Amino acid sequence: MKAFDYARAADLPDAVGSDAKLIAGGTNLLDLMKLEVETPDALLDINRIGLDLIEPEGDGLRVGALVTNSDCAADARVRKDWPLLSKAILAGASPQLRNKATTGGNLCQRTRCGYFMDNQSPCNKREPGTGCAAQGGFNRIHAILGTSDACIATYPGDMAVALSALDAQVVIAGRSDSRTVRVRDFHVLPGDAPQHENVLQPGEVITGVTLPAPVEGVQIYRKVRDRASYAFALMSVAAVIRMDQGRIAHAQLAFGSLAHKPWHDPRIEELLKGETPTPALFDKAADLLLEDAKGYGANDFKIPLARRTLAAVLAEATGV
Amino acid sequence: MFGTYDRPDQRNMLDQTRQGVIGKPLDRPEGHLKVAGQATYAAEYQRPNCAEGVLVGATISQGRVTAIHRDKVMSMPGVLGVYAADAMLRRAAQGMAAEAPKQDVQIVDFPMQPVALVVAETFEQATAAAKALQIDYEETSDVPFSPKGQETEPGSEPIESGDLEATMAQMAHTIDVTYTTPGHASAAMEPHASIAEWDGDKLTLWGSFQMLRYNVKELADSLGVASRNVKIMSPYVGGGFGSKLGISHDAIAAAVAARDLGRPVRVVLTRQQVFEIIMRRSETEQRVRLGADEKGRLQALGHEAWVSNLPEESFAEPVVQATQFLYAGENRRLAVELARICRVTAGSVRAPGEAVGMQVLEAAMDELACEMQIDPVKLRKRNIPSTVPGDDTPYASRKLAEALDEGAKAFGWDKRAKKPCQRREGEWWIGMGMASAARVNMIMPAQARVTMRADGSVLVQSDQTDIGTGSYAILGQIAAEMLGQPIDRTTVELGDSSLPSGAGSGGSFGAASTGSAVFRACEAIRAVLAGRLKCRPDDLQLQDGKAWAEGIEPRDVTDLLDGDIAKIGRIKPGKTSNSHQQATYGAFFVEVAVNAFTGETRLRRMTGAFGIGRVLNEKTARSQCLGGMVWGIGSALTEELAFDERDGHLVNHDLAEYHVPVHRDIPPMEVIFVEERDPVASPIQAKGVGELGICGAAGAISNAIYNACGVRLRSFPMTPDKVLAELPDPFAK
Repeated sequence: MKAFDYARAADLPDAVGSDAKLIAGGTNLLDLMKLEVETPDALLDINRIGLDLIEPEGDGLRVGALVTNSDCAADARVRKDWPLLSKAILAGASPQLRNKATTGGNLCQRTRCGYFMDNQSPCNKREPGTGCAAQGGFNRIHAILGTSDACIATYPGDMAVALSALDAQVVIAGRSDSRTVRVRDFHVLPGDAPQHENVLQPGEVITGVTLPAPVEGVQIYRKVRDRASYAFALMSVAAVIRMDQGRIAHAQLAFGSLAHKPWHDPRIEELLKGETPTPALFDKAADLLLEDAKGYGANDFKIPLARRTLAAVLAEATGV
Repeated sequence: MFGTYDRPDQRNMLDQTRQGVIGKPLDRPEGHLKVAGQATYAAEYQRPNCAEGVLVGATISQGRVTAIHRDKVMSMPGVLGVYAADAMLRRAAQGMAAEAPKQDVQIVDFPMQPVALVVAETFEQATAAAKALQIDYEETSDVPFSPKGQETEPGSEPIESGDLEATMAQMAHTIDVTYTTPGHASAAMEPHASIAEWDGDKLTLWGSFQMLRYNVKELADSLGVASRNVKIMSPYVGGGFGSKLGISHDAIAAAVAARDLGRPVRVVLTRQQVFEIIMRRSETEQRVRLGADEKGRLQALGHEAWVSNLPEESFAEPVVQATQFLYAGENRRLAVELARICRVTAGSVRAPGEAVGMQVLEAAMDELACEMQIDPVKLRKRNIPSTVPGDDTPYASRKLAEALDEGAKAFGWDKRAKKPCQRREGEWWIGMGMASAARVNMIMPAQARVTMRADGSVLVQSDQTDIGTGSYAILGQIAAEMLGQPIDRTTVELGDSSLPSGAGSGGSFGAASTGSAVFRACEAIRAVLAGRLKCRPDDLQLQDGKAWAEGIEPRDVTDLLDGDIAKIGRIKPGKTSNSHQQATYGAFFVEVAVNAFTGETRLRRMTGAFGIGRVLNEKTARSQCLGGMVWGIGSALTEELAFDERDGHLVNHDLAEYHVPVHRDIPPMEVIFVEERDPVASPIQAKGVGELGICGAAGAISNAIYNACGVRLRSFPMTPDKVLAELPDPFAK
């Protein structure tokens, strides 16, 4: 680990505009610092600036950026009205990690691509311009949607996939003002600058996440993984589905570990709306999801896996 | 008392003694220390003025170092030295090498191989300097990075008898299948670590090792000092699984630097280094040919394996080791072929040979049973030979049939559907599978000292290690049983190389070998006591500190003691090692659920029935079996070393990406011990238990996957990507 300066922010204004790397739970950042994938000169600890409450906001809920994953998942309001979020959080990491990991930090977690993490292979994300060793290498966990020649890494998390399906907003404080960004727009595709993973600008701080008013319907978070716990998703589906008289009245869907961001495709939701659920309909939905999917060898299986997992989730939600 | 074990000890003495502690499920005496964080592991010793060393790995895959730019880092804060001495290791020593010839560390054999050690006042300074150290290389590309399509050489002498091909052609039922297994890592929790400290020409090294008697010789050889001047302390070891059989890079590097600096030096491998530079189990490709007559009797048996290692390494994963004696089939060809590739050294990982050989043989046996439409248990029982096929060696005690029967009964095997895809619960296909277990058994030379003190209390001492297996517990139990003392009057000291040499922890032979040495030391003490009581040793009765014999009234054993009685017990393998085929046997039964959509496999329950000779401690033996079965689950479903075939480097070099099973992967598990005494194996009638639980377990799981959903994969691990490719339509009714 490279030596660094450490300071503690007293309040939000301390943190906003800081040149230092912000640290909250540190569950991802410290690992990356030990590997020297991240080598910040200075860390600013924001654990004591508040932002650790879950409060009503309109018909929705405001989750502070420093609310831990454990607290968020256990919150009675979250469990009752946004169970998808609770389920997604509990599908990730371990209790010990969730006790430390925060809402804002989780949104900013970085990819688990082995070539990014090894600090040695060519990696455009770690060292722009060096290339992408994952292409042609061991890329079983890599993306099939929205990839670029520069990068095929995934956003690996669970929480943000549920937030994307729920159409939550990220609240961001900047030097001059605050802004909100839909979770669906918060993460970005790699393009030719995969070092950029989200829309945060230098000096900006995530202050919280806003959940919109609860949506009626079955909420399912389905995570496919190599072992039953403590593994990143091979892919995941977050779904809110409401049925009405045998037809799908409403659908919100997002997909994890298929792309550089939680994947959301409104066309799928439109397609499903008003339709009678059948395996054939599920296949059509998968066709839309996967029409531009591209495998890179070891991750080719994600294409049929996504199709089948989407079908499983829709079948479970609709009772097919 | 001294010699080799030439004749089976039929006295079965531990069933005649009266203390009643042998076999009991006693807690490990050091257990509380370990769970309370009070057991000191290698890296945790506090030595005054200890400097910290960090190994620097090569950034090329093969070639040589042309220059190490020491000067720049020597001026960094706290840096004390940069070492690339001849004595340092390129490759970790194989198990029982007992030597470590000079290796030129300027040659690079595989990616991340250590080429230098940087030492500084603090770990952070050493890490920073290691990172900054600039090294020039000359890269070569002589050795291929993948075994695919490479020429091979025999890894061992093939075993051939009869005519395999001709017999296959005549058989009513034949199977000819090829399976693959990936590389595995030992993945012990405690990373390899050493603290070296010199006092003149005497070295003390606190390390994490399995076999001190060999490790001392390896260190001495490498450093050019006499073995008597090397002392290793390894009282607690946080898992070994083969990876700590021989010395590794940390030990020599720490010793070299400590000698030069004149102060203690600590070197701890990073988790990534443990994966990258120690020892891998070779990947295998295995062709199994089975030919059975109409009654299901095997007449033809082929098991050929292709494995790999670095150039010059003699170790070739002995894949067909148990195939040699497990089943009938006079017409046979068993062979291991070895390819030379550029990946970290291949060596012993828990149950070398059987771990991957048995899971494939047992999967192929399931294929034969399905082809014949015969119960897989029946097929196995029908093929238990009377003598070892090919050479007519008789078997020592062998409880395979009993394990198959008792396991099947306890598990409820009769409820298994005869065909796949018969049982669906929601999204999940449910199926059952089974496999036999087998692992060779042996004893190794061992010594132990037992002292009965004047107050009757007992001290057991040996350099035997306890790698988490229960050595402390069982050696104390043997002594307490033999000398008639309560277990809390018995103390066991291990893991100090200045004590008499135990067998070490490897090949499942630690308990029976060092246990027998303890037994023999106790026999010698009993002889002294009998003399003082004026009875024959065989008539001596000892219990709860009392001694008596027929016609001699009980008296306190302390009355017979006028000081310490200290005896060293010794055992060496003798004629019984060759007169009989010695092995441990068992059977696995497992129920799995396979997701009809995603191909995820989750275990629902697992039963293992094992014959391991005398059970020395029911709790620690059971834990060994459970641990083995968990390894089997990993081997079946999740564990795979992923090497990049472009440069041979290991991509998943940590516990986040190399998937050992987690708690949630483990279903309710049942372990059954079949009653057994094996006097051929050892004078305590015990055999080994450390590895048997893995040997075949993964085959039972693959067979259950087939029974559940009809997917017959021939590639381990059976991850969702592979399973889902073969799954039937999940919506089909």
